[in-house]
Amino acid sequence: MDPKSWIRAKARISPYEAIFWIAAAVIPFVFFENYLSLAASVAVTALFCISLDMILGYAGIISLGHAAFFGIGAYTAGILSARGWGEPISGLLLAAAVTAAVGYIVSFMIVRVQHLALLMITLGLSFLLAELAISFDQFTGGSDGLQGIDTWKLLGIWKFSLWGHTAYAYALATLFVLFLLARRIVHSPFGLTLEAIRENPVRTTALGAPNHAHLRKIFTIAAAFAGVAGALLAQISETVSPEALGFQRSAEIAVMLILGGTGRLYGAILGAIIFMIARDQISGFYLQYWYFWIGLILILVVLFLPRGILGGLERLARLGRRA
Amino acid sequence: MNSLETRNLNKAFGKLVVADNVSLALPQGARHALIGPNGAGKTTLINLITGALRPDTGSVQLNGEDITSLLPDARVKRGLGRTFQINTLFPQLTPLESATMAICERDALSGHWLSPLAKHGAAIDEAYDLLGRVGLADAATKPTRDLAYGQQRLLEIALALASSPKVLLLDEPAAGVPKSESAALFEVIAGLPEDISVLFIEHDMNLVFSFATSITVLVQGAILTEGPPDQIAHDPQVREIYLGGAHHG
Ligand SMILES: Nc1ncnc2c1ncn2[C@@H]1O[C@H](COP(=O)(O)OP(=O)(O)O)[C@@H](O)[C@H]1O
Ligand SMILES: [Mg+2]
Repeated sequence: MDPKSWIRAKARISPYEAIFWIAAAVIPFVFFENYLSLAASVAVTALFCISLDMILGYAGIISLGHAAFFGIGAYTAGILSARGWGEPISGLLLAAAVTAAVGYIVSFMIVRVQHLALLMITLGLSFLLAELAISFDQFTGGSDGLQGIDTWKLLGIWKFSLWGHTAYAYALATLFVLFLLARRIVHSPFGLTLEAIRENPVRTTALGAPNHAHLRKIFTIAAAFAGVAGALLAQISETVSPEALGFQRSAEIAVMLILGGTGRLYGAILGAIIFMIARDQISGFYLQYWYFWIGLILILVVLFLPRGILGGLERLARLGRRA
Repeated sequence: MNSLETRNLNKAFGKLVVADNVSLALPQGARHALIGPNGAGKTTLINLITGALRPDTGSVQLNGEDITSLLPDARVKRGLGRTFQINTLFPQLTPLESATMAICERDALSGHWLSPLAKHGAAIDEAYDLLGRVGLADAATKPTRDLAYGQQRLLEIALALASSPKVLLLDEPAAGVPKSESAALFEVIAGLPEDISVLFIEHDMNLVFSFATSITVLVQGAILTEGPPDQIAHDPQVREIYLGGAHHG
């Protein structure tokens, strides 16, 4: 056996991946033109979910407040635009820089704690920020939300229209680029080290790994990813409200990731697709039952598909191949 | 200069004294066994040496450098490796990934976040080579949690070796290994590179007496006696306290 080709094979791009991305680029435009806005928010949510997967799925950092970074990114891009600079791509870059900086500072607290304390700190952080967003209403528009965002033409060419063609193309392209980056990170020596820390931090320390430094780094990167997702939403919807960094968003993103399957990136994307589309379809008629169904599905998945829906599908495929 | 030295290490958990003025010295290439009844403080001593625990007083010297105030990972970087009495592995990773991770960390590659792991072929080859040397080549790409217990004990040692230690601390490497698998383990321990200084805790007296060139007996946190194997084997105090009353004539 050649160990290098085994490692390489694990990171190789499969035909299914290519098919998925081509489908994502074509199907909504061709068959679901009326749903392009929904498709855009699915892409945004998938990016946010990938961000959580990087810290939770790969590094084992549980967070119930990850929307804090989504919200900071949204407000950064939103305020920049409302104050007169509506160029979208520079808005994303600024949001990434600001959330990375905040993530880096917060990470010093995060890596010191585990389990319940970690949940409480991340939760507390998002409560605190949501309250700040309401209080500083001269910047944020308070609980009414930020008004006056005007997103300029993408690359100076494509206008963001009501139909959402530009919005979806923009969100999908951003998702794709950052997905490739995330994929590269998780298949790097750094990514392997994160998985090892998740599996057994005592052992990585005994092998000389500075666990805290590694965890701070991925937390910072993931914060920037979440910030870009938030900025995308602000630019596409041209509004930001405090719920962008609220508890509900943090909880929902965790639900999506668990549903889809942690530690595989595509689980995050699949979870976002299923959750967002199901909510859109179900809530039309039975809004009050939405959380009933999500609760039921979550329980079933955790009990019977501990590696999420994608993990279950992979197992099915393996069994099928063997049969 | 000794590879490893502890000077008057003291440690207590509340009222329980687990290290009582422990001074040890390992010259380079040592094969030094640490024996003593359960609860004597052997694992605690290893934790004090690696920095997992802080001593109340006393110091630890590695190759002449005082490392008492260094963090555990910094001590590893200076050449201190260890294994664990209870398997402390990466259940979902394969041995190949585990050993590659250890080598990447040793070679300061673990911070590389934008280069594919597969590009670091030298690290991967070295990891596979190392696994082959401890007899784990066939198990290299199975998830660690699916390995037989004896194989996991071998991986414990392989991971410690992956960080290229100058001083290696083995905490009951053969603990719980069935007779059928112990030969492979003994062979690996006997074949450890000669220049590595080894301090090992072991209950299997065959292993201790065939492998150790010096022995320290620890009882209730304190060194009872120290010496070459034949002296320890005939020490009446040791027979009384450690080997048990069964040997009374
Ligand atoms: N973290 C700890 N806190 C309190 N007591 C401990 C701790 N670790 C070990 N001990 C106690 O210290 C004593 C020595 O333990 P240990 O070093 O594991 O012994 P050995 O490895 O020689 O069997 C035991 O009585 C154990 O219960
Ligand atoms: Mg012990």
